[in-house]
Amino acid sequence: MYKAWLVFRKDIQQEFKTRYALNAIFLFAIVTLTAVSFSIGAFSAGPEILSALLWIILFFSSMSGLAHIFVREEETHTADTLKLVTTSSSVFLGKLLFNIILLFSVELLVVPLFIGVMNFVVYDGLVFVLSLVFGSFGLAGGGTIVAAIISKSNTKGALFTVLAFPILLPVIVSGISAAKKAATNAPFVSATSELQALFAFAVVIITAGILLFDFIWNE
Amino acid sequence: MKLSAKKISKDFAEKAVFKNLTFEAESGTCLAVLGPNGSGKTTLMRILSHLILPTSGTIEYFEHERSIPAERIFQHIGFLGPYLELYQDLSAMENLQFFSKIRSMKNFEPKIFKLMERFGLKGREEDAVKTYSSGMKQRLKYVFALLHEPKILFVDEPRSNLDEEGIRLVYDVLQDYKKDRLLIMATNDIDDLKLADMRVQVNV
Repeated sequence: MYKAWLVFRKDIQQEFKTRYALNAIFLFAIVTLTAVSFSIGAFSAGPEILSALLWIILFFSSMSGLAHIFVREEETHTADTLKLVTTSSSVFLGKLLFNIILLFSVELLVVPLFIGVMNFVVYDGLVFVLSLVFGSFGLAGGGTIVAAIISKSNTKGALFTVLAFPILLPVIVSGISAAKKAATNAPFVSATSELQALFAFAVVIITAGILLFDFIWNE
Repeated sequence: MKLSAKKISKDFAEKAVFKNLTFEAESGTCLAVLGPNGSGKTTLMRILSHLILPTSGTIEYFEHERSIPAERIFQHIGFLGPYLELYQDLSAMENLQFFSKIRSMKNFEPKIFKLMERFGLKGREEDAVKTYSSGMKQRLKYVFALLHEPKILFVDEPRSNLDEEGIRLVYDVLQDYKKDRLLIMATNDIDDLKLADMRVQVNV
């Protein structure tokens, strides 16, 4: 785990010097949120529509930034350098941690803005926060493993979203459903199946990522 | 340390790069990998260092007659080549500290300063690698490759981007290195070949 922490810290150091992923993901989130708020207006959509819009913004924002963590290593020819100094599992866990922190940062900015701008009322804060936390782990886990796959291809950008979407669909569907229940004052127990699905998906995708990453990383 | 390569072949998109290469090399020698441009010298270097897998054949390293598991070989390997880069946005010191820590090295800072001085980079430790000239980057790659005192050193194009003084320095370092360790070098340069004790010709 210490080596994964070192990989994460190195990525953070790099990111603070270039701010590529941060800028891409934050700008995409803000632009999408602005476009959505102008196009549908603040008071015309119910919790069903708003929950879906929130997760669409989160999903596509994450698509604009999560792949960068591996694409950068391939494009700058540092992937081999990294292979020479550490194990594949520490690389995967370090990159996963970076993507989780990146997603949490975006959510910290976008979710309060979305609630304010779109007049999205959250009645059950616990369900809402848990769905975002578990959902972020799932998005980051799936996004990180797909990023490792597409970083070796020629059409990186387009391929990332196309490959990630079917894999991450359970997160989007469960996330939308949980957010809708949090916004309609449904009892906590009614959202447990969504929360369980989000939690289970995160555990499965991260475990699968750790097990499969060695084959991807070493070609 | 002993390298044993048996019947190594590599295909890319079903086209053979090289076939059935078999050779051995031991510490105290320099093995030169030779071949015309595009013959697969770099591919062979990457296969020997376990960065990529061969299509067929085996590569084994032995220490005191015991085989070293593939997942542990990176601890013993130093590698530098034109396609292997350091992190350009980080300073030389940040790069070397990261590599030292992740290789679990102890008391590495004096070693870093000593090697930076030996390779003529003293005083440039805190500069971002992207501000280095191509020759300085090559010198820094030598620091990276030698910092953990590897038992096997892979050098692809040893003189690449270096000035006369840099070339002399690198020859001194490599000559000294191969006395008790294994040096594997990919080159076509006649001067580089003066270091070589054994040669492997790569072509299909």
